Amino acid sequence: MQHLLAELTVFILAVFVGFEVISKVPTTLHTPLMSATNAIHGIVLVGALLVAGAAFPPLGAVFSIVAVMLATINVVGGFAVTERMLQMFKPRTTVKK
Amino acid sequence: MTQAVTSVWLDLAYLITGILFILGLRYLSSPATARMGNRIAAVGMLIGLLATLLGSGIVSWWIVALGVVLGTLVGLFSALRVKMTAMPQMVALFNGAGGGAAALVSTADFLFVMENGGTARGIALSYDQGVTIVLSAIIGSVSFAGSIIAFLKLQEVMTGRPITYVGQQVVNAVIALSAVALAAFIVTLHGSPEPLWPFFTMLAAALALGVLFVLPIGGADMPVIISLLNSFTGLAVALTGLALSNNVLIISGALVGASGTLLTILMGRAMNRSLANVLFGAFGAVSATSPAAGSGAAQNVRSATVDDVATMLAYAGQVIVVPGYGMAVAQAQHSVKRLADELEKRGVTVKYAIHPVAGRMPGHMNVLLAEANVPYPALYDMDDINPEFPQTDVALVIGANDVTNPAARNVASSPIYGMPILDVDKASNVVVLKRSMRSGFAGINNPLYEMPNCQLLFGDAKASVDDLVAAVKAA
Repeated sequence: MQHLLAELTVFILAVFVGFEVISKVPTTLHTPLMSATNAIHGIVLVGALLVAGAAFPPLGAVFSIVAVMLATINVVGGFAVTERMLQMFKPRTTVKK
Repeated sequence: MTQAVTSVWLDLAYLITGILFILGLRYLSSPATARMGNRIAAVGMLIGLLATLLGSGIVSWWIVALGVVLGTLVGLFSALRVKMTAMPQMVALFNGAGGGAAALVSTADFLFVMENGGTARGIALSYDQGVTIVLSAIIGSVSFAGSIIAFLKLQEVMTGRPITYVGQQVVNAVIALSAVALAAFIVTLHGSPEPLWPFFTMLAAALALGVLFVLPIGGADMPVIISLLNSFTGLAVALTGLALSNNVLIISGALVGASGTLLTILMGRAMNRSLANVLFGAFGAVSATSPAAGSGAAQNVRSATVDDVATMLAYAGQVIVVPGYGMAVAQAQHSVKRLADELEKRGVTVKYAIHPVAGRMPGHMNVLLAEANVPYPALYDMDDINPEFPQTDVALVIGANDVTNPAARNVASSPIYGMPILDVDKASNVVVLKRSMRSGFAGINNPLYEMPNCQLLFGDAKASVDDLVAAVKAA
């Protein structure tokens, strides 16, 4: 129980940091923000690797392969699509014809 | 978890990952530094993943390799191929993937505990671990199934209109309660071995709940729902972290949960509607049921010709473009940019007014216009641009409707009463590009169209704008 309490403390403090940091993101970047946070929650891949890496009953193996795959899609796809979007945001139009 | 990894190095790596995620998000506070932010976060991710691969004693490498290779291929392919107009669907899918992964990790963890009769910490399924596992499995499943339905609606595989039936909320409540009851049952058993059926029934209930709670959500409310699902996935990941005693999952999940929650609040505020109203109001269903609000009511409007509008634009001092979902549907963003270029060549000031809920997700219009090379300083938020309409010669509304409806200001009986709108009616002239006289998503008439300073230009948004470009050139 004490262990859980320590982890909840981390969780709640991180929520406050999250609110603080995210509230500074301008509306124009809200879509990239969503795809970036999509990539960040792909960190669940760490959890997927841990469960997939353990020696496993067959049912668990199937679940973990799918978990690893979904989380990898999240990480790779999320960062790639955010990068693609962000490179389009330009402060000024380059040379006008 | 099995290995109960206590390696200091691993925890240190996770700490760095957490810090880099926070810094990365911090850099997203300006478009100028945002790319850097994304890369910082990606480096953080890489560090966390490498540390896990090297430091946690993985034994079944083939499972890991298979999943990573498949996931990378699918992720890269879809990220590089997706069209900017389809970004809301993409975000919904990725979000579902995260929720699904969190639920599966918890399920696998649960199976492992059952199989081995206890965790490495030497206990059976303890109360706190049990609670976090079932909660993460439930919320992750709701997020997964809900995101899939949101995707299907946005992709227009199924109707974007709310799907409602008698007793909908009762059914949802019963399913939600049974999921919670099963969860409580699983946690209180907490000895091993225990039967697996309650867990899988609980998962099925959570998946059904995810499907059912998004069904009655209409397309115009998607910005709220996508944000909400995003926060669900964040929460599910954080709970998975609690179950696995993994700080980096807890921190990252908390950050994403906070982000999704904040966006949900912002979107709700931009529509002057509470979350409960969005979830249970079935907004947009009115037009199907009540004839009074229907689209059939004749409106007395003036329709304009391309040449009239082109002349008006060409000799204007300032033009404000108001884009909406219709611009995205017609893929008109590049044409809009060409029109703006032509006008600017003639010395006309062109600005863009972005309503927070224009489109189908937060920031949707901004991304489309960025794709068309519109510089971001030309895009204005609602509060910044509203005072400018009275000094504006032409407000050019492209595929937006409800967000310009003056009824929101003064008709207390209107379903959108109280929603903050763009004050386009205050401009000297308003030109609305519309496909037809069909009403907006809310299914209500827009009195703007009957105002003396308003004209309508009918036709596909892209075709109309292309015609305008040609006509302005000739003017």
